[in-house]
Amino acid sequence: MTTLHTVNKSPFSHSELESCLEICRDGDAILLIENGVFAAKAGNVWHQRLAETITKGIPVYALKNDLIARGLPAEQCEPIQLVDYAGFVELTCHHERTQSWY
Amino acid sequence: MSKKILFISRHAPYGSSLARDALDALLASAAYDQSLALLLMDDGVMQLLAGQNADLIDQKNFASVLPVLELYDVEQIYVHSESLLKRGIEKNELIDLPLTLLNSNEVADLISSQQQILSF
Repeated sequence: MTTLHTVNKSPFSHSELESCLEICRDGDAILLIENGVFAAKAGNVWHQRLAETITKGIPVYALKNDLIARGLPAEQCEPIQLVDYAGFVELTCHHERTQSWY
Repeated sequence: MSKKILFISRHAPYGSSLARDALDALLASAAYDQSLALLLMDDGVMQLLAGQNADLIDQKNFASVLPVLELYDVEQIYVHSESLLKRGIEKNELIDLPLTLLNSNEVADLISSQQQILSF
């Protein structure tokens, strides 16, 4: 019974991602959208934390369009995986429920 | 066809309409005979503080609406204990309602057991 967590705010000015990480568990997934994608930029503290989250068995995705729209380099996000809108829909289908942290 | 629905309310009252919207949606859902629960976390725990006096800001008192939930068959009101701790709120400062305190791990369990989540 897994949950998709969407986070749409920058972790540098809001605590949504922090709360989400506290509640996330094995098998769940996190998808960064809108300003949430700032966490996916390599070299910042949140990117590092998310990389650790991934090693714990919680995959993290970021919406490619939001990333590119904001001028973030899409090729430097690893291990965070990029998805397009179709991928977003697919993720919602792969999980029983969605919790949006906004 | 009754569904297990969890309402997650994560914002403080009065500053925005989200907390009120959560309550309205919850009461509306109660009319449809669903299995309902409410979880308050993050700033949402501020909704439970006793001694609110919203008259001073020309708003309706939140704390006086919450007890209505019992009459509407809302099975459980859950509160994230770490959110209280972070904000320096003790259980005795909350309104006198049957509340179930859950830690982060128990909140994760709760979410996993739901068919539907509505976030406010």
